[in-house]
Amino acid sequence: MTDLERRQDRSPVPSGWDYAPAPEARDILTLEERYGLFIGGELVEPGSGEYFPTIDPSSEEPLAEVAQAGKEDVDLAVRAARDAFENGWSDISPAERAKYLYRIARILQERSREFAVLESLNGGKPIKESRDVDLPLSAAHFFYYAGWADKLEYAFPNRRPKAIGVAGQIIPWNFPLLMLAWKIAPALAAGNTVVLKPAETTPLTALLFTDVLRQAELPPGVVNIVTGDGRAGAELVKHEGVDKIAFTGSTEVGKAIQRELAGTGKKLTLELGGKAANIVFDDAALDQAVEGIINGIYFNQGHVCCAGSRLLVQESIYEPVIEKLKLRVKTLRVGDPLDKNTDVGAINSKQQLEKIRHLVKSGEEEGAEIYQPPCRLPDKGYWFVPTVFTNVAQSYRIAQEEIFGPVLSVLTFRTPDEAVEKANNTPYGLSAGVWTEKGSRILSMAQKLKAGVVWANTYNRFDPTSPFGGYKESGFGREGGLHGLESYLDLDESEARGG
Amino acid sequence: MSRLPVRKTYKLFVGGEFPRSESGRTYEARGQNVARASRKDLRDAVRAARGALGKWSGMTAYNRGQVLYRIAEMMEARAAEFAELSSGRAEVETAIDRWVWYAGWADKYAQVLGSSNPVAAPYFNFTVPEPTGVVGVMAPERPALDGLVARLAPVIVGGNTAVVLASEPEPLASIELAEAIATADVPGGAVNILTGYRSELAPWLAGHMDVNALDVGGADGDLPELERLAAENVKRVVRGHPDRQSPYEIANFLELKTVWHPIGV
Amino acid sequence: MAKAPALPSGFELPLEPRLPRIGSVDQVAVEERAASLARRSIKREAKLFALDLAVRMMDLTTLEGQDTPGKIAALTSKAIRPDPSDASVPSVAAVCVYPNLVPAAVERVKGSSVKVASVATAFPSGQSPTHLKVAEVRDVVDLGADEVDMVIDRGAFLAGRYAKVYDEIVQVKEAAGQAHLKVILEVGELGTYDNVRRASLLAMAAGADFIKTSTGKLPQAATLPVTLVMLEAIRDVHHETGRRVGMKPAGGIRQAKQAVQYLVQLYETLGAEWLTPDLYRLGASTLLNDVLMQIRKEKTGRYQSPDYFTID
Repeated sequence: MTDLERRQDRSPVPSGWDYAPAPEARDILTLEERYGLFIGGELVEPGSGEYFPTIDPSSEEPLAEVAQAGKEDVDLAVRAARDAFENGWSDISPAERAKYLYRIARILQERSREFAVLESLNGGKPIKESRDVDLPLSAAHFFYYAGWADKLEYAFPNRRPKAIGVAGQIIPWNFPLLMLAWKIAPALAAGNTVVLKPAETTPLTALLFTDVLRQAELPPGVVNIVTGDGRAGAELVKHEGVDKIAFTGSTEVGKAIQRELAGTGKKLTLELGGKAANIVFDDAALDQAVEGIINGIYFNQGHVCCAGSRLLVQESIYEPVIEKLKLRVKTLRVGDPLDKNTDVGAINSKQQLEKIRHLVKSGEEEGAEIYQPPCRLPDKGYWFVPTVFTNVAQSYRIAQEEIFGPVLSVLTFRTPDEAVEKANNTPYGLSAGVWTEKGSRILSMAQKLKAGVVWANTYNRFDPTSPFGGYKESGFGREGGLHGLESYLDLDESEARGG
Repeated sequence: MSRLPVRKTYKLFVGGEFPRSESGRTYEARGQNVARASRKDLRDAVRAARGALGKWSGMTAYNRGQVLYRIAEMMEARAAEFAELSSGRAEVETAIDRWVWYAGWADKYAQVLGSSNPVAAPYFNFTVPEPTGVVGVMAPERPALDGLVARLAPVIVGGNTAVVLASEPEPLASIELAEAIATADVPGGAVNILTGYRSELAPWLAGHMDVNALDVGGADGDLPELERLAAENVKRVVRGHPDRQSPYEIANFLELKTVWHPIGV
Repeated sequence: MAKAPALPSGFELPLEPRLPRIGSVDQVAVEERAASLARRSIKREAKLFALDLAVRMMDLTTLEGQDTPGKIAALTSKAIRPDPSDASVPSVAAVCVYPNLVPAAVERVKGSSVKVASVATAFPSGQSPTHLKVAEVRDVVDLGADEVDMVIDRGAFLAGRYAKVYDEIVQVKEAAGQAHLKVILEVGELGTYDNVRRASLLAMAAGADFIKTSTGKLPQAATLPVTLVMLEAIRDVHHETGRRVGMKPAGGIRQAKQAVQYLVQLYETLGAEWLTPDLYRLGASTLLNDVLMQIRKEKTGRYQSPDYFTID
């Protein structure tokens, strides 16, 4: 008999505790009805006159109309960038260039709440993430690279780095403003001008960012932003006036871009997909490992290229880990992205929701066991319940393909060698997680895992000083840190002979 | 009466051995019959390179440096032969000195190219360079010896293994080099050298799904097509120059791995 | 019958029902998790629910050399009726006093739901012989204490003499009889979360009804992460054995906002089952008035002044 049962005077226990809605106020934000293309420092009409609605994926309500850039618009943007590069931006002293970037960082900090609300509104991510992750990191990225602008000669010993010229940058919808910062900050610090294409479904923070540029008094044409679907991106890739392409997105599109640029000699960096293994050993700090698993796959609805989508658990602790995991998944609060207590927001688009559904269905058909906590989802908008698949075989599609949603596939292993073998058994190589209390094992695993980022006893951490990027089909080039500058600099020309 | 010299049979260098082409074909270069590798030889070479990767990249940097230095020693010992098979003594000396230069980088580039990163949270964070994996090298036509060394040395000093397509018109020096490499404690398969027709081999190398990076510096012909093929598995494509020598040439064939760990008690 | 050879020391075979593996705790991760839970935004009716619960879970505490029957009288009347102007505010769970003040407290709470808890076992240092500690516990129970808050022997724990710590808790538990036993780990002296987890499991294995963070006599007392570590240990014991052990953070909790954060952490770690004074207490001496002010603020919509709340 437990001690509890001996007690005669138990107080009544409430059946639950409903947190009252805690929505972040939207009134901080004023949206235009319609946004043009940002070319040469102004928002201009697209040549085609074509606009398309951009929506709030949590309600499917339209937020604004944005322009579809066509070939001629992209051409105008590239010319504006070239003009700015050749007539002014290149002559500005590096120290002054730094100060523009510092200004941008500061303005982003000052207007962070406004941006956070818009990011959640247009992308569906929980406000706590846009507020605590996307915005602080975006500002920090500009602040970090600002300081490099007048110190480039110290970054690459024995080189005299030069700007490349016009950088064409194509970013995804999962971290719209943060990816913009990852692209624009190092490009400008290195002295380039840019034409950036935001993702089709999440253009609004990039468009609001043009107002930051206005406040920072950045010279016109240094940053140009062309919105639209994949056609606009394709025009940018093909454009002869672009010296460098930086792309973050799917491996499929990345390969197409690499093919398109074949033979042109243009610089290219690709940050593509992933199917990361998150490996939990039996000596790990289990409760923290479970938090890491949760953060690894449900952060940003799993719309993260480095998501820990394959959980590899050592068989000897499989049961307690799964038990703790399921219990924890139950506490995730799915719902209104603007509610400050929401842990998992809306799926970014209908198309993405369909892809997730399709792959989840394949997982069930192939024989994996599905777990989804009881969860009341809103009627409108795009939603997917946080999902855990157990009994997953390495050969199942859900263990091989990037789902890019809140879906975890759990596999087991017995020995460190088996964990490494399974983790590396993929064409991807972006990231990996390792959970063990044994120091030497961490270092051994970190060495053997073929991944550009290894999180040991943590997951999904990012920092402007920390290089990020993949092995194998997860792409090439690094973003962040000193290494992130390299892809925006010409280091070949003035090379000194070492021998 | 002068003695009739014993001629050398010029063969491929695959997996530490010197096989003939499985196709049984040869072609004539500089008056010698040289093995004309087939795509199956290329497949075998890639397999050998993949197999040797663990051993070569797992050696200590100090050891890799010594092995590269040993290649220089072996070349020096055969300097006269190399001079005959290349443009002459000067090229040989440049090539030998290049090996010595890169040998010295083996235990230094990680310090120059890596970093520790001061993240704004309680984590220890560092970035280390690691080999990309199997690298395909299309050696420049000329200088056939030093051009090959200039492209091969930075690839293997970083721990990669290589599959080299030798200069088509000047293949003899590359086989001589293979013999120097074979006697220099380079693990079998870490360097593989194929002679033959570039046009027959290059597309298969560029399109091979188990090759991680490609130096197309010596490619002639359809460069765009080779680069397109390379995109199939997102290869790192490098347009190497035969006269470049720098740690950044090593960096071209390195991945950067960033590791995070919390700092706590 | 053949006898199995003795196991080498350090090799433990789990008993049935076995206790959770001791394991370890990652400092950075547990602090991040605690901070993330502390950012929950609890508003309106949800906040009122929490504030009401915080009052019902409170162990209103005075542990001073200068405590007198007069002080206890004031404390107990506050405990029974925290806000004389608002009858809907419930009584606190218990008053927590030194052994000498137990009779006065028992006398005063008679007829109410408020329990009397007494600290014991050479509180706060625990540096006395075990037989004296056991005798002290027997005495406070004889004096009428419903609950006993003991301290573990940190000296023994830090010296690695876990069996000594364990045996002492077992003896105290036996001496406490029907009184509920809260085991104070004094986390501020344990140095690491790993030790907090180990001590938590040890205390629960030895029979603790509650585990408690601190004596309140050290500047390092209850924190959100240390409490989270203890809640996770409680959760593991519950999973392994079905036993429900209570939790009492104490020391340093002074504001209503903190109390709400502790309750959010409790709710999201152990679930609604633990949202009861039977399984959770907040040990505090000055928290109550801030909670009362917040309750009145929620009910009236006006920010409050301390002038309108009695200092007892």
